Amino acid sequence: MADRLYTLVVAVISVAAFIMVAYPLYFIIIASVSNSTMVNQGQVILWPKDINLYGYEQIFKDTRIWQGYKNTIIYTVLGTLLNLLVTLPAAYALSQRKFRARRFIMPLFVITMYFGGGMIPTYLLIRDLNLLNTPWVMIVNGAISVYNLIITRTFFETAIPEELHEAATLDGCSHFRYFISVVVPLSKAVISVITLYYVVGHWNDFFNALLYINTDSLQPLQIVLRNILLSNQAFAGGAGSGAGAGAGSYAQQFADQIKYAVIIVSTVPVLIIYPFIQKYFEKGVMIGAVKG
Amino acid sequence: MKPAQTTVPHQTLRGNGWLRRQAGHYQLWLMVLPAVIYIAIFCYGPMYGIQLAFREFDFSKGLTGGEWAGFKYFEQYFNSPMFWPTLRNTFIIAFFSILLGFPMPILLALVVNSIRSNRRKRILQTTVYMPYFISTVVLVALLQIMLSPTTGLIDGFLKALHLIPADTNLIGDPGAFVPVYVISAIWQACGWNSIIFIAALSSVDAQQYDAARIDGANRWQTVWHVEIPAILPTIIILLIMNMGSILSVGFEKTFLMQNSLNKPVSEVISTYVFNVGVKSNQFSFGSAVGLFNTLINFTFLMLANALAKKTSKISLM
Repeated sequence: MADRLYTLVVAVISVAAFIMVAYPLYFIIIASVSNSTMVNQGQVILWPKDINLYGYEQIFKDTRIWQGYKNTIIYTVLGTLLNLLVTLPAAYALSQRKFRARRFIMPLFVITMYFGGGMIPTYLLIRDLNLLNTPWVMIVNGAISVYNLIITRTFFETAIPEELHEAATLDGCSHFRYFISVVVPLSKAVISVITLYYVVGHWNDFFNALLYINTDSLQPLQIVLRNILLSNQAFAGGAGSGAGAGAGSYAQQFADQIKYAVIIVSTVPVLIIYPFIQKYFEKGVMIGAVKG
Repeated sequence: MKPAQTTVPHQTLRGNGWLRRQAGHYQLWLMVLPAVIYIAIFCYGPMYGIQLAFREFDFSKGLTGGEWAGFKYFEQYFNSPMFWPTLRNTFIIAFFSILLGFPMPILLALVVNSIRSNRRKRILQTTVYMPYFISTVVLVALLQIMLSPTTGLIDGFLKALHLIPADTNLIGDPGAFVPVYVISAIWQACGWNSIIFIAALSSVDAQQYDAARIDGANRWQTVWHVEIPAILPTIIILLIMNMGSILSVGFEKTFLMQNSLNKPVSEVISTYVFNVGVKSNQFSFGSAVGLFNTLINFTFLMLANALAKKTSKISLM
C-alpha cells in the first residue's frame, strides 16, 4: 500500500516537473510562429495558430542582432580555445603525483573560488591593463575556471591509469608527448563536458560586456538581447530605419512575436550541442563537485 | 617507479635538491605556467587591489597610489541610508534561495532515481536540465512576457485560479520580487543541480536495496534509511559551498530584474557596488562595500565548514 502511494507520488511529481519546465519552452516556440493577437488573447495553447514567420523575418533584417551574433561567435570560439589551452595542460601537470609543486599551487587556485578582489578592484585592473573596450577582455578574462580545472584534474588522476605513464616513460616519452598522444585522446568525456561549460559561459556572458565594453560594434549578443527584450528599444522597421510611422506601429503590434523569435534564435545554438554531451554530465559533475 | 632524480648521486643534490627536482619537471612547470600567470594577474591582482578600500582613489596614480584613508569608506557605508536596505535585501533573497532552492534538487533526484523506465527517466532529465542553458537576459525576458499583467500566460493562469488578486503586477510589485526571483531560480537550476545527487544515488549498492526489502522496509523507508544516508555527504558539502556564497546574490539577474518600482527590495549589495562604484566612479567606496560582502561570505563559509566538521566530520578543507 505504502509502496503504491510512493509510486503515485513519484509519478505526479515527475509529470508536474516535466510540464512546468517543458511547457513554457514549448509555448515560446509556438508563440513565435503564431498570430500575436491570438497569442495575447490566450488562444494559442497547444498548437500554433495562423502560422506566420513575421518575427523571424524582422530578425533577419536587424543588423544589430547579426553584429551581436558575430561578436559572440568570435568571443566564444577564441575564448573556449584559450580556455582549453590553459585548462588541459595545467590539469595534467597538477594531476602528476610526482609534481610536488602541486601541493601549494592547488590551494592557491582553490582560494580564488571563495575569495576575490571584488567588482571594483577587478574593473580597475582591467582598465589599467588597457583591456577596456577591446574584444580581448571578452576572450582573456576568465581564461580558466578553477572548477573546470578540478574536474579535469580529477579525471586525469582517476580515469587514466598511472601504469600507462610508466610504460610511456620507459619508451622515452616526454610529458608533452604523453599528454598530447595518450592523455587527450583518452579524455574525450571530460573534455566535452568542460568545453560545453566554457561555451555556454561565453555564449551567455552578459556581465563582462556590461562592465568592460561600451562600444556598440563590440557588444555581444546578450547585450543586444537586453536592449531588444528588456529595454524595448525599437526594432528594425521602427525608429532609425526611416520606415515611417506606419511601419513603426506595425512593428510595435508584433513586438511580442519578435521577442519570442529573438529568444529562440539566440538560445538554439547552445541547446543544439547539449544533448550530444549529456551522457557525460553525471560523471563529469560527480568527479568535480565531490572531490573538490 | 622512483622519480628520475634518484639516479643522480646524492651528494650533488645537497643544497639545491629542490631546484634540481623542479628542473627535471620543467615540462610540467611549462604546462601549468599559463594558468598560474592568469590566476596571479586576474585573481590575485584584484586581491592586491583590495587595499583601495582603505585608500583615497587617485586617478593619476592608479590602484594603489592614493593616500591611506583607514576605515573611512567602511564607516561611510555603515552610516549611509543604503546600508540596512542593501544588507536586508541581500539576506532575504539569499535566505529564501537556500531555504527553498536547496532541497528541491534533492527531491527531484530522489524522484528521477525512482523512475524505472529508462526512456522516461531520460526524457525527464533532458527536459529539466534544459533551462540551465538559457541566459539570464532571456530568462528575465521570459519572466516579463509570462508575468505581464495584461497578456502574460502565467499571470492569467494564476488570476483565473484566484491564486493572486486581480490587480497584482508580478513584474512591478515589490512584494512579488523575492518570490518571482526565487521561484524562477528554482525553475532554471533545479534540474541541473540535481545531477550531482542523481550521480550519487546511482552509486548506491543494489545489495542495500535488497537488504532493506528483506528487512521489510517499504519504499518510503528505503528513501529514508538507504538513499538519504547515501547522499548525505554530498548534501553537506554542497550546503557548505552554498553557505559560502550566501551573500553573492546573483548580480546579473537582480540587475536585470531591477526597475524603478521594485528598487526598494531589489537593490542588493552587488548591484549597489555597481551603481556607486562603476557607474558613479566612487571606486574606493565601492571597493569597501564589495570587501564587506566578501568578508561576510567568507565568514559564513568558515562557520558552515566548522559546524559540518564538528557534527558530521565532513568538511571542505
